[in-house]
Amino acid sequence: MALLTLENVTKRFGGLVCVRDLSLSVDAGAIVAMIGPNGAGKSTVFNLITGIYRPDEGSIVFDGAPLGHAHIDAIAGRGIARTFQNIRLFAFVSVLDNVMTGRHARMHAHLWDSLLHTPMQRREERDVREHARELLRFVGLEAQAHAYARNLPYGSQRRLEIARALASDPKLLLLDEPAAGMNPREKDELVALIERIRARGVTVFLIEHDMRFVMRVSERITVLNYGEKIAEGLPQEIRTNERVVEAYLGKPA
Amino acid sequence: MRAFFARSDVRAAEIFLAVGLIPVVDLNGAHINFLTDAGAFVLLALGLNIVVGFAGLLDLGYAAFFAIGSYAYAMLASPQFGIHIPFWIMLFGASFIAAIFGILLGAPTLRLRGDYLAIVTLGFGEIVPQTFLNLSQYTNGPNGIGTLDQPTVFGLRFGFNPVPYFYLILALIALAIWLANNLRASRLGRAWMAIREDELAAAHMGINTTAAKLAAFALGASFSGLAGVAYASKLQLVSPDQFQFNVSVFVLSMLVLGGMGNIAGVVLGSLILSSVDRFILPQLTNFVHGFGLDWDFTNARFLLYGVILVGMMLLRPEGLLPSRQRAAELHADRSDPGAAAQEQELYERAL
Amino acid sequence: MDVFLQQLVNGLSLGGIYALIALGYTMVYGIIELVNFAHGDVYTLGSFFSLAVLGLIGIQGELHGAPLVGVIAFTIVCAMLLCGLVGVLLERFAYRPLRNAPRLALLITAIGLSFILENIMQFWKGPSPVPFPGFFPDAAVTLGGVLIEAKQVIVVFLAIVMMAGLQFFVYNTKLGKAMRATAQDREAAQLMGININTTIALTFLIGSALAGAAGFVSGVYYGTTWFFNGFSAGLKAFTAAVLGGIGNLAGAMLGGFLIGLIEAFTTQFISDQWSNVVVFTVLILVLVFRPAGLLGESLPNKV
Repeated sequence: MALLTLENVTKRFGGLVCVRDLSLSVDAGAIVAMIGPNGAGKSTVFNLITGIYRPDEGSIVFDGAPLGHAHIDAIAGRGIARTFQNIRLFAFVSVLDNVMTGRHARMHAHLWDSLLHTPMQRREERDVREHARELLRFVGLEAQAHAYARNLPYGSQRRLEIARALASDPKLLLLDEPAAGMNPREKDELVALIERIRARGVTVFLIEHDMRFVMRVSERITVLNYGEKIAEGLPQEIRTNERVVEAYLGKPA
Repeated sequence: MRAFFARSDVRAAEIFLAVGLIPVVDLNGAHINFLTDAGAFVLLALGLNIVVGFAGLLDLGYAAFFAIGSYAYAMLASPQFGIHIPFWIMLFGASFIAAIFGILLGAPTLRLRGDYLAIVTLGFGEIVPQTFLNLSQYTNGPNGIGTLDQPTVFGLRFGFNPVPYFYLILALIALAIWLANNLRASRLGRAWMAIREDELAAAHMGINTTAAKLAAFALGASFSGLAGVAYASKLQLVSPDQFQFNVSVFVLSMLVLGGMGNIAGVVLGSLILSSVDRFILPQLTNFVHGFGLDWDFTNARFLLYGVILVGMMLLRPEGLLPSRQRAAELHADRSDPGAAAQEQELYERAL
Repeated sequence: MDVFLQQLVNGLSLGGIYALIALGYTMVYGIIELVNFAHGDVYTLGSFFSLAVLGLIGIQGELHGAPLVGVIAFTIVCAMLLCGLVGVLLERFAYRPLRNAPRLALLITAIGLSFILENIMQFWKGPSPVPFPGFFPDAAVTLGGVLIEAKQVIVVFLAIVMMAGLQFFVYNTKLGKAMRATAQDREAAQLMGININTTIALTFLIGSALAGAAGFVSGVYYGTTWFFNGFSAGLKAFTAAVLGGIGNLAGAMLGGFLIGLIEAFTTQFISDQWSNVVVFTVLILVLVFRPAGLLGESLPNKV
């Protein structure tokens, strides 16, 4: 059952075609990866999915409904969450506040509740705080709940960003180069974390450059080059695919 | 179950009680008068703090909302049109009207970057009092509207004694502080923080940045609506020259001095600047007169605010009583302005 | 029709002044993305400096011919140099320390500087408008029902000369190229060996000098100057820069003349009380509906 489908999506910037006639789908409950050389358009695809850009052609369907012209916050509300290639945490607030902010879409406190500190708001704050702590335990950061996000070591910041993304109980989690800059041990932990995320019922779609990491963690891989899909399939198929090797290494002389 | 009143609430209550006893203890009318006027500006500062301090929207035309609140009262509770809506209704009515204008004047700024947003608010800050000045058949132009209705409680009019106004403003300040404090640590408060820090990421949290920004403008404006009614009814006069750019800068300086985003800091900054303006500058003038120097420091007030603004930004941008978060933000070296600008542009295209 | 043409002439003269000020705004914004609030006050300083110089020279009555040209040249150069110096000092001591600070801090500092300058000028020449020496001949020509004063001609002439000079400088000299490079990509410019600090200082120097020239010109044109002029003139000139396309020199010039025309026509056909409101409304409309301005580009940017 496809949770996310891109149908013939094309995106241009000025004269440059960044994504060309791309079709792919992500099944619910899967862990899927997108790889390709730098500049292949991978981040653009993520930006199209979360609503930063709109496709010039084609359509994106999520959970049965087309994204259309929905705004970023509406799309997030439908159940798509993401992390960013260059970590975009709220640097000057606490780890806990970061995760609590991530829950915004699922909270019900409106202006009056916030303004007047109603019993409903108080209860909800307690629940959200508890939920955030649970997520921090889930990613292993509960001890740093009150540290400033910017003071966290790099690997912890990445985990925090994941916790924050999970705070909205998304159906689909987009991870943009989650293993970048991590050492081997951290990567092992990340693989385990992604498996645990899937076990919670969240579909994972990730972009990565680290081949070994991608091969370990994903079930299906889509390969992009110059904005086009050049291969798709199981990890072992991709590993030996000529076009993929060529894209990364260039044609043999 | 946690106690309903935190320790800070108890301390705040003690402070209010102490301040509330001032008129009983100190019978000097001039002091009470000063505190009441200063109190109106504390309200203004608390309101601007929501817009600038919480939501990070630099509003340079905040006096426009003060004007709207004051003129709303002047037109609906005075001999001007013969309408006399009771004070207590006008208090919240004018506040509501100001909030509406907060939304109207805030709406054009939604997609704008910091500088442009500031300039647009400045533009409105000029347009509003100029409009009140020009529509003289309704507003009496430069002369303004006078003999405004005074508040009554149980049939007793406030009269010209500042004491009842003092308690009125004190109550309004208590209300404003309570509301602002609630907002700060709430879903909306976090949304504002997120927008300030990284608007693109905030949107990805499901935050409707448009609604949040408009809410900030509306709430900030509503506070100045309250201040406008209270101040106008006490002063018994509204005129366009009360709402010029220097008033907006005056209030902004209070935030900058005291500590943007920090409620206690804002109150402190407000009281300090009011005291300087009302007492210290004239005292200084008298002082140097004693030496035979003909300097008038009261005219230097704008020079002083300018110096405060520049000095604080260079030396201690987080203010005297900083909020920890803002202190960290303001001292962080944002050495890659290009990336930030690119990202902002990226977000604006997505809006 | 006569009225229309008359206002056209008036508007162009006004516009020349706004264009000169707008150039400074647009140059500074182009290079460090800051709205230099104090710029309008540098313009007023220009007229104050001119007053001082004219006072030193000791003008009596009208001048003609060579002495007239000499006085104009000398005064305008002094005003430009002094204002340029002020601009450089402001940048060096107030803006440069905050170059990597959040935008908010820079903006607040700019406002503070504006206030400081206004008040210094208020102390210098008092709170009321100050008359400018009337050394410029009151000559005028009537062309088909339209009165064209020599003053207006000189305003537009000087404005165009300055703008042409600036265009030449920015597009034909090495320093100008450095400015353009820094405006486009500061890091890359640095890597090319361009001294960023010097280039930015130079930008402020030129922008402020142009504002100084505008100050002199406005003193001659209006016959008077006032410490608080800079505030509204500055806002209008900024509107001009935005209207034309911020960061775009030709845009600033175009915008300046347009705003001058808008102000002249509003004053004539509505009232001068509303001219400010109209100009600021233009500002708001442009920023909301076409922030790139008339000559700005709306390049879709891939990040």
